[in-house]
Amino acid sequence: MKLSELIKRLDLKLLTKSDFEDREITGGYCGDLLSWVMGKAKPGNVWITIMSNVNIVAVASLTDAACILLSENMNLEREIIEKADEQDVVILRSSKPSYILAAEVFQAVEK
Amino acid sequence: MVLQYQIPGNDFSSAGEASSNFKTVLKKLGLPSQTIRRVAIAMYEAEINTVIHGGGGECKAEVNGDRIRITFCDHGPGIQDVNLAMQAGYSTASEKIRELGFGAGMGLPNIQKYADDLQIDTEIGKGTTLVLTVNL
Repeated sequence: MKLSELIKRLDLKLLTKSDFEDREITGGYCGDLLSWVMGKAKPGNVWITIMSNVNIVAVASLTDAACILLSENMNLEREIIEKADEQDVVILRSSKPSYILAAEVFQAVEK
Repeated sequence: MVLQYQIPGNDFSSAGEASSNFKTVLKKLGLPSQTIRRVAIAMYEAEINTVIHGGGGECKAEVNGDRIRITFCDHGPGIQDVNLAMQAGYSTASEKIRELGFGAGMGLPNIQKYADDLQIDTEIGKGTTLVLTVNL
C-alpha cells in the first residue's frame, strides 16, 4: 500500500508538505524511546508515536521510515515541521491512540 | 574522503545533524541503501552519546575503498563500566534526558548491532574515543 492511500483510508492529517515521496508502506512500528525505534524500525515503516520533539525527524530520516504518525493529536511546533520538510520526512497526525492506530495500520498494510 | 564535524554538547535541537549530513554524502556516493542505513543508525547513536554524555566533541568520518570508519572523541567524564554500558537497557541518562525519548540504554547495543566493528577507549575524567567501522 502506498503512503497516499494510507493517509486517505485512515483519514490522517498531513502536517508536512504535500509533494512528498509516495513510498510503499512495509509495515509499522510503535514506540516512544528513540534508540529503541532506531534499532528496531524497518525501512518503509509507519512509525507511530506520541513523542513530538525535534529529534523524531532525525530518527525517521536515518531509519528510512515511510512517515511519522503522531497519535492522540500531539501538538507539533512549526520549526519541527520545517525541519521535517527540509529532510523530506513525512509527518501525519491522528486523534486516535497508538493502540488503535497500530491496529488500523496493520489492517490496511498487512492484510 | 574524510569529513570532520563538531558535535555541540547538550544541544538537542541540532543533535543528529552530523549523521544526517554524512548520510546525504553517502547517498551521493551511490552506496547501497542498506549500508547507508547501518552507518546512519550507528553514527546517530554515537553522536547522541557525545551530545548527552560527552559534553560535545569531534567526529571524523572516513570513507576508504573497503570500509567506512567513524571516530567520535569527547573530553567528558568517561565511561565508568564499559561492559555495563554495552548491556541493552542500561543507561545513566538523567530524567530530563529520558523525557526527550533518549536514555533507553540502547545506544551502544545499537552501534554494536549495526556496525561491523566497535572500539571504545575511555578514561575516567579524561574522555572517550569511540571508533565504529562498517565494511563496504
